[in-house]
Amino acid sequence: MKLARKDLLGIQELSVEEINLILDTADSFIDISTREIKKVPTLRGVTVVNLFYEPSTRTRTSFEIAAKRLSADTINITTSQSSVVKGETFIDTARNLEAMNPDIIVLRHSAAGSPHMLSKVVRQSVINAGDGAHEHPTQALLDMMTMREKKKRLTGLKVAIVGDIAHSRVARSNIYGLTKMGARVSIGGPITMMPRYVERLGVEVHYRLEDAIREADIIMMLRIQLERQETNLFPSLREYAKYYCLNRKNIAAARDDVLIMHPGPINRGVEISPEVADGPYSVILEQVTNGVAVRMALLYLLSGGKS
Amino acid sequence: MPDGRRAQTEEVKGMKKRKVVMDAEAIERSLTRVAYQIVEKNKGVEDLVLIGIQKGGVLLAERLGRKISAIEGVPIPAGKLDITLYRDDIMKSGKQREIGKTDIPFSLNGKKVVIVDDVLFTGRTIRAAMDALMDFGRPKLIELAVLIDRGHREIPIRADFVGKNLPSSQSEEVLVKLSKRKTSDSVSIEETF
Repeated sequence: MKLARKDLLGIQELSVEEINLILDTADSFIDISTREIKKVPTLRGVTVVNLFYEPSTRTRTSFEIAAKRLSADTINITTSQSSVVKGETFIDTARNLEAMNPDIIVLRHSAAGSPHMLSKVVRQSVINAGDGAHEHPTQALLDMMTMREKKKRLTGLKVAIVGDIAHSRVARSNIYGLTKMGARVSIGGPITMMPRYVERLGVEVHYRLEDAIREADIIMMLRIQLERQETNLFPSLREYAKYYCLNRKNIAAARDDVLIMHPGPINRGVEISPEVADGPYSVILEQVTNGVAVRMALLYLLSGGKS
Repeated sequence: MPDGRRAQTEEVKGMKKRKVVMDAEAIERSLTRVAYQIVEKNKGVEDLVLIGIQKGGVLLAERLGRKISAIEGVPIPAGKLDITLYRDDIMKSGKQREIGKTDIPFSLNGKKVVIVDDVLFTGRTIRAAMDALMDFGRPKLIELAVLIDRGHREIPIRADFVGKNLPSSQSEEVLVKLSKRKTSDSVSIEETF
């Protein structure tokens, strides 16, 4: 089995076999991060450019650590410090980067489809680190890795995803991935945050938190983007929290051994109460740990296979 | 008696000619000798650990470990090491290599480490294994035990303990078959025409 791709743009185009290959490879990278010397020489001489047009700490750091643990060189470009502020277009920036011969470009951009466009312009491998409200494939992969690690399977799991589904690339990538892998996905949130025709993706749609998480093996709470308050998706944070904050009481609707996940950063007391976020079923920090392994696996798989 | 004959048997499979050069008993005897040599050279088994290289060396390391334990009466720690991430051709081979399990559940600091592999050929695997081991700690010394040394070294590496020297040509392939049950174990040499 081989990942015969130049780029990783989304979960939508991946096959079950490819997802399994990435997750299996990621499993074998977990140990490296716990060793005394957290570095292997595998990607010596490979250059990874992290091109981030949106603020990110977790994802960018995770990619950077992943690359460094494989001995690749990394360069971080964030738009506030780059020539984007001088008016350079995205494509011109990409062509200039390409001329410096990196091997992999990791892109985060607020416009859906930008990694796809970039992959057609440059010969380097492109990894989508989040494009608008479209996809965030490495997040979904690390989520699936965490679920598989804890529950030993994905097939047949009931996964509830709750929050602003319409604007969430994390939700979209997870829905694509989990339904492919045979999990049952139920989504929940206020009607203003549900994309139209979302049931066509093969998910159950609920508008009450308790209905969405009933008998769930895994609950994934999405971050409420505070900046969206002005867009009238919900009247107030307080009201959102009243109906959709996962707390010790409403969590009882889920299975006793439910796992709580969150892609971060969390708004304590808005979508998740502190006692749940820090509680025994929370695997939020394991997600972060696994994120490094998944990104190592992708850098490895996309760099290999070149002749 | 029939086993002695089998060692001479030639099988022809397609355009390949295969000749068995060691049977299960011969392998067993070689390993017994190597086990004694390891104990002798290290003057006992204090701080001795065995590291089998994936995949061929893992089972061998376990077997050698059991033999040495039987001789000295103390358990010998054995680990496994996958060297894929340390290969010198990983970016050139045009292949995505599957990564095997590395499991060294003990510290290597100050230990006498015996690397165990089935076939010593170019020496590049051993170079990678030594680099990998250094990332796990600082062994007191590293030795190398192999079942077969087939020659054709490309870097200056030699084995301290050899089950059998098997001169071969570059075009031949040396196949080591080992299983937990031992009965069908064999070393054979295969030539492609």
